[in-house]
Amino acid sequence: MSFEVLWRYAPALLSGFGITILCWGAGAAIGIAAGFGIALLQRLNFAPLGWLLRVYIEIIRGTPFLVQLFLLYSGGPFIGLRLEATTAGILGLGLYSSAYFAEAFRAGFSAVPRGQTEAAQCIGMNSFDILWRISLPAMLVATLPAIVNLLIILSKETVILSIITVPELMYQMQTMAAETFTAFDAIFAMAVFYWLLVETVSRLGYRLERRVTAYMAPATGAA
Amino acid sequence: MQPQVLLHSLPYMTLAAGMTIYVSLAGIALGMAIGFAVCLARLSGDPVLARGGAFYVSFFRGVPLLVQLLFIYYFLAEFGIDVPAMAAAIGGLGFASGAYQAEILRGALNATPPGQAEAAKAFGFSRAEIWRRILLPQALRISVPPFINEFTLLLKASSLVSVVGIAELTRVSMNIASSTYRPLEAYLGAGLFYLAINLCIAGLGNLAERRLAAGVAR
Repeated sequence: MSFEVLWRYAPALLSGFGITILCWGAGAAIGIAAGFGIALLQRLNFAPLGWLLRVYIEIIRGTPFLVQLFLLYSGGPFIGLRLEATTAGILGLGLYSSAYFAEAFRAGFSAVPRGQTEAAQCIGMNSFDILWRISLPAMLVATLPAIVNLLIILSKETVILSIITVPELMYQMQTMAAETFTAFDAIFAMAVFYWLLVETVSRLGYRLERRVTAYMAPATGAA
Repeated sequence: MQPQVLLHSLPYMTLAAGMTIYVSLAGIALGMAIGFAVCLARLSGDPVLARGGAFYVSFFRGVPLLVQLLFIYYFLAEFGIDVPAMAAAIGGLGFASGAYQAEILRGALNATPPGQAEAAKAFGFSRAEIWRRILLPQALRISVPPFINEFTLLLKASSLVSVVGIAELTRVSMNIASSTYRPLEAYLGAGLFYLAINLCIAGLGNLAERRLAAGVAR
């Protein structure tokens, strides 16, 4: 690993790192918001809508992310959707993850004990209060491990954006590799970088999980 | 939309789908062998083997598949070994899948009640017999649903081997998109193929689950 090359390319690599984080953060934010919306709409118990959302989720989960990206980025202009690579990448990550987040939230909602919402109904809470004060907090705690897991998966998916020329870290590394004939060094650095990133995020996630589930520690201890 | 583009490219797409299935099956088979070995290493009780297994799982689950694929390509090239694209593709998918399958198997083995192995030991079963007749049959049944899930994930991940130049679904639809200037139709077609294959896997998985569940007393 020649550090001189890395130093020379440091500005490009740093901007690539910034774009990786931007795509990751913005994509996950869109995915969480859309996924939460889908999960809420699924709770309306309106059959045609529920069926439509089911089809959306199955299509997204049944096709590769790369194909979805190509469809969005190079197929989009044919239906009047002309996007810049980075925008397409963020939107693609958001759409892709929305289906997985929706499934996670749905599972979380169904993990909330029925007795709790029924009790809230009995003491006269309205349905918004039941959602906001009873279902939602319990659902979020139950979903946290899945959310952290999805965030980790998404961080690895950002690498695929390099294929549609989003100038993120992988793209910059490959440019450096091509210009300086340091393919092995570059790819080795990428492997180590992502490994450290994923390990860090999963450690942080584990800590957060323990934090938010601390209030139920006695119950799990007894079980 | 020009559906005839899809119709014309159907033969190529079908061949390419065959290649996708081939690469995925080879990847899952290699992953199964690796996963089994890594799982055994982790449960062996030998600290060095267990540490090595844990390291393997952590590394291959932590590094993006695209990076792994290029890593295999360049790592061996560094020592003057020219890796055929197909070997790199199957190897990349298999190494990554091995890490996930090791965890699936480990979870399934942990889910079999320890009392059963103890009872078998009390009856005088040998270690190999306990594995073959008590632990493995149950672990395999428990691991069917997550294994099917892993299979669909791997099928989707196989789209990435287009990067090393394998003529599978994604690569071929890229070629069709650029030669016909109709990317919308080409990628929609590829998506439909992936969906269809995934539905087949899910169907087979359901069948297998029901078959295996028949032997369980409720």
